[in-house]
Amino acid sequence: MPRRVRIKDHYAEQHIFTIRGIVAGVVVGVLLLTVASRLFYLQVLRHDYYAELSQGNRVHTDPIPPSRGLILDRHGVVMAENLPAFQLELVREQVGGVPELNAALGRLVAIGLLDSEDVGSIRRTILSHHVYESVPIKLQLDDEEMARFAVHRYEFTGVDIRTRLSRHYPFGAMAVHALGYVAAISEQDLKRIDSDSYAGTTLIGKLGVEGAYENELHGTRGYHEVLVNAAGRPVERQGAFTPKLDTRQPVAGADLILSLDMRVQRVAEEALAGKRGAAIAIDPHNGDVIALASTPGFDPNAFARGLTTKQYDALQNDIDKPLINRALRGAYPPGSTVKPFFALAALKYGVMTADQTIFCPGHFSLPGSSHLFRDWKPKGHGTVSMRHAIMQSCDVYFYNVANKLGIDRMHDFMSTFGFGDLSGIDIPGEKPGLMPSTEWKRHAYKRAAEQVWFPGETISVGIGQGYMLATPMQLAHAVSGIASRGQIFKPRLVTAVRPAGSSAVTQRPVLPEPSLTAVTAEQWSVIVEGMELATGPGGTAAAATAGSPYKIAGKTGSAQVFTIGQNEKYNEKQVSERMLDHALFISFAPAEDPKLAVAVFVENGKHGGSTAAPIARKIFDAYLLPDKTL
Amino acid sequence: MIFDEFSQSRTRRTLTAGGRTLRALGLDGPLTGVLAIIVCLGVLVVYSASGQNLKMVEHHLGNIAIAVAALLALARLATPQYLRLFAPAAYIIGILLLIVVAVTGHIGKGAQRWLDVGFMRFQPSEIMKLAVPMMCAWYMHERPLPPTLKDLVVMGIMIAIPTAMIVTQPDLGTALLIAASGLIVMLLAGLQFRIILISIPLLGGAAFGAWHFIHDYQRQRILTFLNPENDRLGAGYHIIQSQIAIGSGGVFGKGYMNGSQAQLEFLPERSTDFIFAVIGEEFGLLGQLLILSLYGLVIGRALYLAMQGQDTFARLTGGAIALSFFVYVFVNSGMVSGILPVVGVPLPMISYGGTSMVTLLAGFGILMSLHSHRKLIGS
Repeated sequence: MPRRVRIKDHYAEQHIFTIRGIVAGVVVGVLLLTVASRLFYLQVLRHDYYAELSQGNRVHTDPIPPSRGLILDRHGVVMAENLPAFQLELVREQVGGVPELNAALGRLVAIGLLDSEDVGSIRRTILSHHVYESVPIKLQLDDEEMARFAVHRYEFTGVDIRTRLSRHYPFGAMAVHALGYVAAISEQDLKRIDSDSYAGTTLIGKLGVEGAYENELHGTRGYHEVLVNAAGRPVERQGAFTPKLDTRQPVAGADLILSLDMRVQRVAEEALAGKRGAAIAIDPHNGDVIALASTPGFDPNAFARGLTTKQYDALQNDIDKPLINRALRGAYPPGSTVKPFFALAALKYGVMTADQTIFCPGHFSLPGSSHLFRDWKPKGHGTVSMRHAIMQSCDVYFYNVANKLGIDRMHDFMSTFGFGDLSGIDIPGEKPGLMPSTEWKRHAYKRAAEQVWFPGETISVGIGQGYMLATPMQLAHAVSGIASRGQIFKPRLVTAVRPAGSSAVTQRPVLPEPSLTAVTAEQWSVIVEGMELATGPGGTAAAATAGSPYKIAGKTGSAQVFTIGQNEKYNEKQVSERMLDHALFISFAPAEDPKLAVAVFVENGKHGGSTAAPIARKIFDAYLLPDKTL
Repeated sequence: MIFDEFSQSRTRRTLTAGGRTLRALGLDGPLTGVLAIIVCLGVLVVYSASGQNLKMVEHHLGNIAIAVAALLALARLATPQYLRLFAPAAYIIGILLLIVVAVTGHIGKGAQRWLDVGFMRFQPSEIMKLAVPMMCAWYMHERPLPPTLKDLVVMGIMIAIPTAMIVTQPDLGTALLIAASGLIVMLLAGLQFRIILISIPLLGGAAFGAWHFIHDYQRQRILTFLNPENDRLGAGYHIIQSQIAIGSGGVFGKGYMNGSQAQLEFLPERSTDFIFAVIGEEFGLLGQLLILSLYGLVIGRALYLAMQGQDTFARLTGGAIALSFFVYVFVNSGMVSGILPVVGVPLPMISYGGTSMVTLLAGFGILMSLHSHRKLIGS
């Protein structure tokens, strides 16, 4: 096959090139249209999506925390307010990674601004926030600490001092168990709150009114939008333009108006000073808590400042348990304070009449049993009627009453006064105490032999011992029921809520409980008269009430010891002091037209009449005779 | 013809004077005009995209001056004969410089693309962008078209040597552009369609082989392109932020110097490889379509000029320059808008950065020289 000789054909070659050029031109056109249609897709069809992403890129919302609502007493005295304070804050993304964070915290310990024991929990709190959030690591720096940080400031990036509003309690420890306190938001708090609405907020209410009314007090946070660059740094403008950025002012939390009267509260706490105990005063007409004291207390300002682990442990391990709210959480045997209630039960169920007498030889035993239940007065009270049994607190009389009523009727009747159940006061942490019954015992024990209710156990409950436990709050709640002759109200601390910037106050409703209708006016009079006799000459509380211009109706009590804490060290003097009986007193005044019901409890106070009743007297004086006390 | 309608008018005198000047300089009027518009728009965009950095704008203008000088010199002074004679020399010099770069790069232990020649630094790979197609055109000039299988193999080797050297630099983007410019010559020379059809599976196999040859980061870029969400803050960040910039621009854009993605630096490489996204963000779809249309005019005019070439070298070189330019445009706009993987290819004549501007305008200088000098050669 001859090899074909190829020669250059210029016209053919030009033709090839022209065809190829035209094809190339078409391909170019198609591909450019492909790019154009991609751009159309991005900029027209998907514009909204990308516009939002771009907005999210450049605008960060910086939270403005709301200022916390104030807490006022019933006369408008400020009990909790906000003051500016300097605090140390840390922004994780500016500090760097975990090694840098550890190093920074280590240096803060080294210059004495943090306690090494707290570093672990501070780090956990920092790590549970977003990287860009400013997390407080030390609240309320004093001048000396500010100066110390200023000297070392150059060593820290991402750590700085900021001014924030902090909580201040002008009365310090006073009413702390009613008010509660605020403290730094902890890891656990973060799990239950909406962290978005708390962005920028340092403190959160714990316990008391601060804790229970957190939603009302907190308010609504505001924000201002900040322009940020890709590095997350706030910038003023973007290229040639300053964009419009939105700002929303925060709405301050609502102010709370309490039922407490600071003057009465002060008297109650001063009277309890140096003792371990509780005093509660309630207006029987509506359940308003006029005073709620539990001693010893603690300074809530220390919590708002931020406690170190050491300081907190010291409070926690204090043998007097200052952190325990004895008024709500101290469940003690109520002792003889239950006697007016059981007397009323005896009348209601018809097991005794008011004038029926019983001979008290100083002891009591059940038929067919040799076990002696002793009276507090070894020689006995002789022949006593109901009024005198209350007046002299005759145990034998009430052993008989208990025996006749039986534990289940006692349980049912006492339940209507709130024993064995929460009083329902509007702050958390209350304990229900215990009002025993046969049914209760069946459920409380596992072994069949232990589930049986013995008649002897009923007799002990008759004088407020045995299984029965009540908190001082329950006693105050119950005695306000006698004062009002059967109409009990749920105790309340917050009477009104005043939204920020508004003069319109929203009253919280008074919450009546089902009234005792089965008790007649005569029956009420019998026990009120008995309680009046108890504060009169020859009564158990005679000394404390002598010379008052109004009449007090009351009942003393003392209860066998209950020891606190398992980890106390053995100390003969201390322990023996702590083996003494608890002193109790329940009362209301004026007896004929009660305006205030008061329950006082003093741990190891020996006698209700000599220790608890004088405290109640001071509270009555403060409330009923405002001009005499300052 | 048009000029006759307003003879004696000042406009005509100006236009004819302008036309005479252009002709004297060896320039093509329409092509020069569109190129000038693009370069000027580029300066405006660089000012905005650099975050109003006047230093960068000055530097950019300096680059333009050098590039324009190169264009004018080549258009006026380089005759087609010289160019044809110079093509093999340029190719060999380019290869030698690539070897120098590879050796110094090896010593310096790292990616080495730059050659420091005292007064300026340049990438020898840029020379190859013009030298490779010119070399192929030079080779085909003496031979009848369409190319035989032997011609294709020879040209394939001419293309493969510099491409392989540049891939190992490593600079995948430039290597692909150079390979493309050589392939364009083959296609324009009349490469038979059946060979194209046969070579598609072969190229696929080669791509598969290349997968094991390229660097990890290059592999990662391709994987990231296929699914940017896998790597939001790494390599995918470029693609995502670029699409956010374009998409948020909408039809009319956010306004000059008001693109938040670009001005607040969310968009990486905002004044270089991703400057097309800045145009999209600040001038919207309309701005981007305008730029694409201008590029379309450049490519069309350049192809037209190439078709008028009087010999194989002139036609193939011109066509390769025109279509290479298109490849730059397509690769860059495709990568920025997310239809192609991210390879480091600047937007022609707009992106900040000197070397590519000089090469591009030099290429157009050659194209115009080949066109304006055509009457001087006899057939």
